[in-house]
Amino acid sequence: MLNIDNLHVKLEDEGAPILKGLSLDVPAGEVHAVMGPNGSGKSTLSYVLSGRDGYEVTAGSAQMDGEDLLAMEAEERAAHGLFLAFQYPVEIPGVSNMIFLRTALNAQRKARGEPELNAAEFLKLVRAEGQKLRIDADMLKRAVNVGFSGGEKKRNEILQMAVLQPRFCILDETDSGLDVDAMKLVASGVNALRSPDRGFLVITHYQRLLDHIQPDVVHILHDGRIIKTGGPDLALKVENEGYEGLIEAAA
Amino acid sequence: MASPAKTPPTSRLTPAKAEAAEALLSTPRPAGEAAWAQEVRAAAEARLRAMGAPARRDEYWKYVDPAPLLAGAEADVAGGAFDAVDGPAAHVGGAAPALEGVEASTLGAALSADLGWARALFGVLELAGQEKVARPLAALSTARAAHGFALRAVGKAPAPLRIVNAAGFARHLVRVESGAELTLLETGAATNTLFEIDLAPGATLHHIRVQEGARPAAAAQVFARLGEGAALRSFTLAADGALTRNETVADLAGDDASAHIGGAVLAKGATTIDSTVFVTHSGLRGESRQVFKNVVDEGARAVFQGKIFVRPEAQKTDGYQISQSILLSERAEFLAKPELEIYADDVKCSHGSTTGAMDPEALFYLRARGVPEREAVSLLVAAFVDEAVAEIEDEALADLVRARVAAWMAAR
Ligand SMILES: Nc1ncnc2c1ncn2[C@@H]1O[C@H](COP(=O)(O)OP(=O)(O)OP(=O)(O)O)[C@@H](O)[C@H]1O
Ligand SMILES: [Mg+2]
Repeated sequence: MLNIDNLHVKLEDEGAPILKGLSLDVPAGEVHAVMGPNGSGKSTLSYVLSGRDGYEVTAGSAQMDGEDLLAMEAEERAAHGLFLAFQYPVEIPGVSNMIFLRTALNAQRKARGEPELNAAEFLKLVRAEGQKLRIDADMLKRAVNVGFSGGEKKRNEILQMAVLQPRFCILDETDSGLDVDAMKLVASGVNALRSPDRGFLVITHYQRLLDHIQPDVVHILHDGRIIKTGGPDLALKVENEGYEGLIEAAA
Repeated sequence: MASPAKTPPTSRLTPAKAEAAEALLSTPRPAGEAAWAQEVRAAAEARLRAMGAPARRDEYWKYVDPAPLLAGAEADVAGGAFDAVDGPAAHVGGAAPALEGVEASTLGAALSADLGWARALFGVLELAGQEKVARPLAALSTARAAHGFALRAVGKAPAPLRIVNAAGFARHLVRVESGAELTLLETGAATNTLFEIDLAPGATLHHIRVQEGARPAAAAQVFARLGEGAALRSFTLAADGALTRNETVADLAGDDASAHIGGAVLAKGATTIDSTVFVTHSGLRGESRQVFKNVVDEGARAVFQGKIFVRPEAQKTDGYQISQSILLSERAEFLAKPELEIYADDVKCSHGSTTGAMDPEALFYLRARGVPEREAVSLLVAAFVDEAVAEIEDEALADLVRARVAAWMAAR
């Protein structure tokens, strides 16, 4: 479903590469975890896939369902069903959560040629999903992420995911900053979306999230490359031993 | 109070300025007016001659060349922003409107009669507003403006009153009596518009103005005096046009007065929009707010000059001023000159100004959620401008202004 091949990426205005030949395949229906030390390129990967400006792809490709992701605008990728839960969700003063979500959902539906949801249908949908994530009407009325706590911002990302119903989800450290209960809410939000035609790339530093969202495959990213791929036990190994041994073995 | 011919310190009369002033006065004084009005006109002529026409070298015109304002180009501009509002419309040059709680006449009728309140107002607030800064275009209005309305609100008007300006001069006298409340909705464009607004103790005036569409250079001036506990709620949406100079001069003369002056500026192309505000606190516990949001696109320039002047006796003043801009293009400019001049020691005054491009993180966040770039920019601009639009207390009227902002963004 998601096929990344030999991806090389650098910043547009700097010479040093960040991703140095990264290859990764996530078939439909699977959850893959990506772990790796700070600065190894995990967020860069998530941004390049979702279409943020400022990066230059110098070699390689990234496809979703056989289509070239890198040739699409960010909004086209979203309409195609790609979703990124941001490591650092953005605050947008003056734009309420409701307006934001409704604009996003209807823009995607319009791009796909589907009918837009009316206000009542939308309200019903958001209220129901919000309830599952303990996001109340008051929070929905507030400006996007403005004054939200760290954990609230992360839950808000999952609410957006639940409402937009993407086909491929990238979660960039959605677990960091979450308390134990919030982590369970987020995990059940993800698990509720798991289906044979969806794929997930879950970026995390901790095994704890993977207790709740069982991955099919675990990748270790180091210095812009996948240096090891394994089963769920690979995450346990990282948790217990750190990255050093893995990095040395790959060198 | 300054004598009619006294020249404020900021302007120095040069031969060129004197000559230009003479040219501005080359048309005759309106005919058939009462002796008192002719005296006021004559004093204004002397005032204008003494200060000369505005020139680029004047400190007050540092960011904007006033030359196009002296050329007197004229064009009628349709002002349809408030057409959906239920209430009478008064077209400058036409008949006086009829609205319950408001005594209305044309300016011509008011200056031909011996209307006490109009006599106490015409040219008086303009003159008072010349104290700290020379405002020659305002003196010109007092000397020459023949059209406009004299409006005296004596109760709570049941509906807003629409004023539609036409080419040339538009001069309005507004007196709101104690406890009365009036909403004025102003559209259309005149070359030189001037309101003198006198708010009696406890009076409230809402003045909401939309300046939009292609139009030649225009100066619009408001001189307001607020009595004890009076409230002025002024909002201006200024979009495009060759050159717009909006000057608002408000004196919180009585204790516990409150003036909110808001503005949204949408400028694109060969456009300069200048919002110049001068708030004077003379009474105790006065509260003033200046909230200006500027959206500046390719080729345009927006200017904000805002001053809070606190007299020694105006203790417990609460003054606030913010001017912000979003530059939508690298060839867009915002110039701000915020000023505080405070002579009382127990006051709370603050000002701030920011300018910059649209937040790229917010833009990407929206796009990553599927919102096309154009729509995302519109949404962010609307949110930015809304902090000023929210100053309009009537939600329905605020929504009409929001619709004009959206239309401007859609046409962009
Ligand atoms: N905009 C940028 N400017 C400068 N350096 C950058 C920029 N974006 C990424 N980098 C650098 O690229 C490398 C990879 O960063 P990235 O954010 O992808 O790491 P990460 O694996 O997500 O780390 P973390 O676990 O701390 O979130 C880092 O060395 C980082 O400093
Ligand atoms: Mg990261």
